[in-house]
Amino acid sequence: MKLYCLSSHPNLPCLVLKFKSVTVMLDCSLDLGTTFRFLPLPLVHSSRLAKLPSWVPKDVAVDDQETLKALRKELKECAGRVFVDSPPEVGIPEDGLLDLSTVDVILVSSFQCILALPYITEYTGFNGMIYATEPTAQMGRQLMEELVQHTERVPKTRAACKWKEPGVFKTLPAQLRDGLDPAALRLCYGLHDINSALSKVQLVGYAQKLDVFGALQIMPLSSGYCVGSCNWLIQSHYEKISYVSSSSVLTTHPQPMDQAPLQNTDVLILAGLTQSPTANPDSMLSEFCSHLAVTVKNGGNVLVPCYPSGVVYDLFECLAVFLDSSGLMQLPVYFVSPMADSSLAYSNIFAEWLCQSKQSKVYLPEAPFVHEELKTISRLKVFPGIHGDFSSEFKTPCVVFAGHPTLRFGDAVHFMEMWGQSKANTVIFVEPDVPYLEALAPYQPLAMKAVHCPIDTRLSFQQANKIITDLKPLHVVLPEAYITPPPSLPQRTDLVLEADPPPTTFQRGEVLSLPIRRMYEKIEITPELASSLVPSEIRQGVAVASVTGVLEAKDNNYILQSVPKQPTAGPGQKRKRDDNADFTPPKPHVWGAVQVEQFVQDLEKNGVTDVKVEDTPSGHIIHLQSEDTLIQIEDGSTHIFCEGNEDLRIKLRNILLKCLSKF
Amino acid sequence: MPEIKAVPLGAGQDVGRSCILVSIGGKNIMLDCGMHMGYNDERRFPDFTYITQSGTLNDHLDCVIISHFHLDHCGCLPYMTEMVGYDGPIYMTHPTKAICPILLEDYRKITVDRKGESQANFFTSQMIKDCMKKVVPVNLHQTVQVDDELEIKAYYAGHVLGAAMFLIKVGSESVVYTGDYNMTPDRHLGAAWIDKCRPDLLITESTYATTIRDSKRCRERDFLKKVHETIEKGGKVLIPVFALGRAQELCILLETFWERMNIKAPIYFSTGLTEKANNYYRLFITWTNQKIRKTFVKRNMFEFKHIKAFDRSYIENPGPMVVFATPGMLHAGLSLQIFKKWAPDSKNMVIMPGYCVAGTVGHKILNGIRKIEFENKKVLEVRMAVEYMSFSAHADAQGIMQLIRYCEPRNVMLVHGEEQKMDFLSKKITQEFGVQCFFPANGETVTIETNPNIPVDASLNLLKREASLTGLPDPKRPRVLHGALIMKENSLRLVSPSQAMRELGLKEHEIRFTSTVTIHDPQPTQGTVERLYTHLKGILKDHSIQHMPDGSVMIDSVLIKVSGSSEEEETKDFLVSWPYEDEDLGSHLMTLLRKGLPKTVEA
Repeated sequence: MKLYCLSSHPNLPCLVLKFKSVTVMLDCSLDLGTTFRFLPLPLVHSSRLAKLPSWVPKDVAVDDQETLKALRKELKECAGRVFVDSPPEVGIPEDGLLDLSTVDVILVSSFQCILALPYITEYTGFNGMIYATEPTAQMGRQLMEELVQHTERVPKTRAACKWKEPGVFKTLPAQLRDGLDPAALRLCYGLHDINSALSKVQLVGYAQKLDVFGALQIMPLSSGYCVGSCNWLIQSHYEKISYVSSSSVLTTHPQPMDQAPLQNTDVLILAGLTQSPTANPDSMLSEFCSHLAVTVKNGGNVLVPCYPSGVVYDLFECLAVFLDSSGLMQLPVYFVSPMADSSLAYSNIFAEWLCQSKQSKVYLPEAPFVHEELKTISRLKVFPGIHGDFSSEFKTPCVVFAGHPTLRFGDAVHFMEMWGQSKANTVIFVEPDVPYLEALAPYQPLAMKAVHCPIDTRLSFQQANKIITDLKPLHVVLPEAYITPPPSLPQRTDLVLEADPPPTTFQRGEVLSLPIRRMYEKIEITPELASSLVPSEIRQGVAVASVTGVLEAKDNNYILQSVPKQPTAGPGQKRKRDDNADFTPPKPHVWGAVQVEQFVQDLEKNGVTDVKVEDTPSGHIIHLQSEDTLIQIEDGSTHIFCEGNEDLRIKLRNILLKCLSKF
Repeated sequence: MPEIKAVPLGAGQDVGRSCILVSIGGKNIMLDCGMHMGYNDERRFPDFTYITQSGTLNDHLDCVIISHFHLDHCGCLPYMTEMVGYDGPIYMTHPTKAICPILLEDYRKITVDRKGESQANFFTSQMIKDCMKKVVPVNLHQTVQVDDELEIKAYYAGHVLGAAMFLIKVGSESVVYTGDYNMTPDRHLGAAWIDKCRPDLLITESTYATTIRDSKRCRERDFLKKVHETIEKGGKVLIPVFALGRAQELCILLETFWERMNIKAPIYFSTGLTEKANNYYRLFITWTNQKIRKTFVKRNMFEFKHIKAFDRSYIENPGPMVVFATPGMLHAGLSLQIFKKWAPDSKNMVIMPGYCVAGTVGHKILNGIRKIEFENKKVLEVRMAVEYMSFSAHADAQGIMQLIRYCEPRNVMLVHGEEQKMDFLSKKITQEFGVQCFFPANGETVTIETNPNIPVDASLNLLKREASLTGLPDPKRPRVLHGALIMKENSLRLVSPSQAMRELGLKEHEIRFTSTVTIHDPQPTQGTVERLYTHLKGILKDHSIQHMPDGSVMIDSVLIKVSGSSEEEETKDFLVSWPYEDEDLGSHLMTLLRKGLPKTVEA
């Protein structure tokens, strides 16, 4: 069993598991961190961005004037950092490690881990199955479509490519270069790719057993992190592998994590822990509210860069309660995203995927989330973008939820440009995936206040260690980053994962051999064959029978059935070549020792009287004097020497067999 | 021999009070627990004394499954759980769980409050609540482990919102119960679907066992035309429906028609349920069809512009109108009340969009009876037009055959239909699929013998070795596998015989035979051996024949040594030695040798 690691980020996994000759891809996340090296895409012309000075390598290695001219257009400097002035590009999973067209199944754990799907399904010759829950597919579609709309709404002239040339790339500043593989960069896919990729998804429900080629059974189990998110149990009849990523044991809106079926697996693959190990989600939520209140009370505006689904659902609910209690009921709250409407609508029809309390609301029948109501009474104002109706409705001070959290594209870019230069305003980062200083870099120098309140409900190190202990897997496999403290907190030695035996680790580009040895395969015996068996009891409760049957393998399922009756043909007789030479049933398996006295008595009973027993160091020799025949009996063997009297030999054989046990 | 037993307590050669008991692998399951619309006495409920004469049902049932919220499938549930007594799990889908208690309460009100039946004989509101607490909601395709052995799985049935078919499985034995289903998608629901699960028994509804319905489009056009004509001439149209289900389908149909034709006549929907009902549809949109799901963000099909709530006082209103009123079979409630008022006027029309069970007013008028006598001896003359238009979402004969084709059952049992029609359909099923088809009456048991294969843990080494022995896998050639089956406690393991010996601590006893044949063959030993070798090669094509360095010949595991004391010796001794495993070959070689070697070597 092998595990291939195709992604470099523990929270954006893309792994491939080869097991029982089935190739299973576990998640296909897209690395959006690469966009931080690019300048933002403003929705309306930004003179600030347009005026940024060009940057050229000081290194004399690049002396070709054409190259320099191109680079001058491609690279811009802002507050001491260099950015690529081009439509932002994303990082796709490693494609050199194995032929991705051989992937049989893709399992998607949550809508955040689906974004690279079109790159795999549309551009590798992939021809397999994709399994995802309905919320994952729907909300994944929203994220993808938002990404496309964000990037396509602002057509940039041409993608920069000169800077990626190896000769040039190595001369770039470290902060632009480090950890970046230019070969894995891609422009965003289009709507057509999304539709085509998602049309291949087969929707699945929690605890649904999926059969893959009869070889594996795969089951999604609620992971408690977001609507429809799941962990996966991959098992054969004897081996069990669990893939646990982006799980949560906190009580939020999704169905709680289903842990029981994950017990006692042979291998636990664990990824996607909290990205803010020192930030408690509840205290972050109250910090979020208090920063927001302070800002708006002072007449400032608040920007919350966010994805259209996920943590925003909790934020809206929490914010509504908070604003009511702090006398800010009139504060306009805007939700600006091309997918806002769709996200809110869908969240309310996925009751079956939500926690008990939300589920029971639909029985009344009421919408599970309050944002439906907030929207109806206009407390939450929803717009697809800043163009159109928004400008006439827009009042300040206000709170704006808008994408994209990286601040490289989407409506959030506009609000950053608009509010960035006033210190009355605040941008609050809630999405844990985004390193906020990176996000802010091209907006520097910034007057606006920036607050980092990452709300990450995923497993903490402590919770993950407890889960490892509780689930009792034989082996644990996890990203290498999890066995050492986070680079930003090297002194926190408690922020590591441990297991006994020590976990096996992976990082991008690695191939692991997982310690699973397969011993058995489930086969079925037909009732006809079973009833023809002759069991012999070895001791109380233990019996054995020899079985000969025809094995039929169909879709990796084996059925052993009786050998069809053949016209008897002795060995050596002329037969047609393919006429089942192997069909003569083997002789019984003989075991035990011969009791010489018993044997001699039996010989006499059958008329063989002229016997002489002689003791030898290792047993006995029985001499049939008149026949010139010897029977040499030892502990584990009997050898009959006779002079060509076939009738006698067969008689002796049969008497001997009666004295021995067999099956 | 393991067997599956099924007995209908209701819905056996009948439509109404669906309730089927199934015993499979030692588990007892109740499928649906419905009431009968045609009766007001004890016959309205299934006869649970069949299960036990006294005490609760707890010891006799492992679980109860409810297929959908129609009262003929769940109407008896509170009676069964709270008055007869059952505390085990009840499984149903989320929409069924949401809507079922509302219909039960409605049913209770009509029976107790309006008909004035004694409270003591009937379940109370509290009992409905207590009963619903025992419900475990299931999702489509989720495998629910009822206990270690019994698992169930729900499939989309398309009959009403949340309707499901259920696969019930114990070990390798399985039963599928369809509940009510529809194989053609309509305006708001999708088509039923099931995978090729090959159950031992398929229990299917057969409401429309002999009907092959014409195209839906024609029926819809017909319906709209009739409604429109009646409205045009100032008549009133009564459409008796159940609050949820066909009502929404017909509402969507009329709403779009009204919009297109710009008709002003009002459409009403009776009972306060409307809005609530539509809310359920909006929240459970994932259970509706593809089209509605795709467009719901922009426009929710269940927000009607032209359809208003009905008030009792509107009955007397002059002028044309269309009224949807419950219940659907005209057996009680508002629909019956309106019917009584409107029936004498020939301008009016009643459209029965679904099946009516025997005994209901709906059934009577559909059978051409135009004078109806009520409890108070009053006779009502029906002059209004009576139209029947099958919009009930049941599979027709074609649909039932299609479902059988989908899931490939080994046996079929028909329920929820009329005996004669079942008889006809069962013959057709047996003829087309060659499977047994039953249609038991209530209380009549169907027994199916199953013959499941026995699962065994086979050693991978053994499987692999057998694979390598037979060489490259050739799908046309059967692979013969030989091993030893170890039976220990509850485990069955198939391993190689030598491994079995080792594991069981048995010592193999090796038996060997050595025999001599003397043949007249005057030539050098070397030559004899050559001829022996060539001779055997020629006739024993399926065996490995080797010339050993010491001058002997090896045929599989049989060894032949030729000896003569000197070159001139006229006779040769053939010493043949073989282990018991190769007894047949050894013995055969002895016979061969005794016949002597051919004089000349065949080319």
